[in-house]
Amino acid sequence: MQSLLELAQISKEYPGHKAVDRVSLAIGHGEFFCLLGPSGCGKTTTLRMIAGFEQPTAGDVKLRGVSLIGRAPYERDVSTVFQNYALFPHLTVRGNVEFGLRHKRRMRNSADLNQRVDAALELVQLTGKASRLPAQLSGGERQRVALARSLILEPEVLLLDEPLSALDPNLRKQMRAELKALQRRIGVTFLFITHDQEEALTLSDRLAVMNGGRLEQVGTPQQVYLEPATRFVAGFLGAMNWVNGCGVRPEATRLSHQLPANGCRSLPAVVRASTFLGNCLHVESDLASGECVVAEVSRFDVPFQPGDAVHVWWQPQDQLDLPA
Amino acid sequence: MSRAYTAPAALTMAILFVVPMGIIAVYSLLSRGTYGGVLPPLTLESYTRLFDPLYAGILWRSAVVATIATVICLVAGFPLALFIARAGRWKNLYLALVILPFWTSFLVRTYAWMFLLRDTGLINTILLSAGVIREPLPLLYNYGAVLVGLVYGYLPFMVLPVYATLERMDKNLLEAAADLGAKPAATLWRVVIPLCKPGLVAGSVLVFIPCLGAYLTPDLLGGGKTILAGTLVQNQFTNARDWPFGAAVSLVLMVIVMLLLTALVRREGETLL
Repeated sequence: MQSLLELAQISKEYPGHKAVDRVSLAIGHGEFFCLLGPSGCGKTTTLRMIAGFEQPTAGDVKLRGVSLIGRAPYERDVSTVFQNYALFPHLTVRGNVEFGLRHKRRMRNSADLNQRVDAALELVQLTGKASRLPAQLSGGERQRVALARSLILEPEVLLLDEPLSALDPNLRKQMRAELKALQRRIGVTFLFITHDQEEALTLSDRLAVMNGGRLEQVGTPQQVYLEPATRFVAGFLGAMNWVNGCGVRPEATRLSHQLPANGCRSLPAVVRASTFLGNCLHVESDLASGECVVAEVSRFDVPFQPGDAVHVWWQPQDQLDLPA
Repeated sequence: MSRAYTAPAALTMAILFVVPMGIIAVYSLLSRGTYGGVLPPLTLESYTRLFDPLYAGILWRSAVVATIATVICLVAGFPLALFIARAGRWKNLYLALVILPFWTSFLVRTYAWMFLLRDTGLINTILLSAGVIREPLPLLYNYGAVLVGLVYGYLPFMVLPVYATLERMDKNLLEAAADLGAKPAATLWRVVIPLCKPGLVAGSVLVFIPCLGAYLTPDLLGGGKTILAGTLVQNQFTNARDWPFGAAVSLVLMVIVMLLLTALVRREGETLL
């Protein structure tokens, strides 16, 4: 399969600091691909090099096998949804959405323009808001305008730079679902930048985890979560208990008052605290080694009280052996 | 806000604005004294004299000169402000250079222009000795010299507000425009200039108002040949000894400015304030 967007060993070096260090990626047509990492890991710089706002100091960016190096942003068939949306405040919703058609697609006929803009606004459920100014819209509506403004160009790749981070949590979850459905419906390739592991896991077909300018792992959400390649990936994608150098997720960590009868190896521990999270409980226990493990326990399970002597165990297949 | 907090401001406005304006208004309605000053009875004669083509012409010329100076300041000031806003670490140096002339008296700087522009001045001397011209160019004592002086003097008042607007502008908007296919010229025209409008309007107001009533520049660089409103007012209070008419002219100038500002605020209220 020929990949649509290819990053070949791209680096971005600033004086005394490597923001992106030899990142290689191949993203397929129609994929929803997330670039996940903590702030300052180089994910935004990577996106900006694809958009053309930054030039890589080494390496190549290819779209359909053709290098984009040296091309200005307005000569690249990608489009960006900015973190703060970057809507033109002096233009109406219609003015914003048709901006790209006028400039990138050189469309002049106002009947065609209006028809395309109306279709794009319908796609993002903003019909009837065409004559509003950005300042008259809610955060979620601005987000949709930014999406429509980019999608109307039918770019080869849509680049989204933490587009949901400015929304409040409830709206963020709703927009997440809409975004995914939209991407499925129109089939445009999405490259989505986020520092939110839950967002990356729920949205992506495949994701890449970045840290310190380097790519740590690329894979499906299941692969990356269940078979993390490094300790960083394991820890970044979810909570992890470290026991004797082995990693176990809290939801795979079991507690029982009696010795487990299934032959699994178990470790004696004393319950330190139990926290009620609504759908489950997090029980912290101290091992004899001094390490602390968190177990996710069903609220229908036997209650564990602080001070209880318990046995900590897990299935062998749930244990991750990762080099430090 | 409580009345107690605004009282000092109200008092300042009363002493520095309302009272002087009142004095000017009263003076403009009185008759002239033989050796200056004002005498009763009340009369509207000073105002009717303003319709004299001679004086109406001076007011009209002042408005034209101030408008041209403002347009030149716009055309020259916007690129300069843009350049400074994008100068990176040199920004503060360039800004300091724009403000630097304020450290010397405006009078001294105007004399410096006379030294540059007069027949035996620097420019003519260089051109003559280089053989480019045979006769000195008439650079001083005309409207051109007045415009040079006004633009020179008030350009910083255009550059600073425009710079401030450009500086506040979200850089992502420029990237978004490029991302959506706009080349640099289109981005400038469709995004930067429209968003810069409040700064351009503020700068134009700050340049136009002092240019309209300018006295020093037209008097020194224009010589006696270019009578503008400022010189007219000054003449009435000195040589002509017609204080009521001087007061009427300055009041009319002020009313013109007020009307313009009110119209502007009505139209641009949201962006300007």
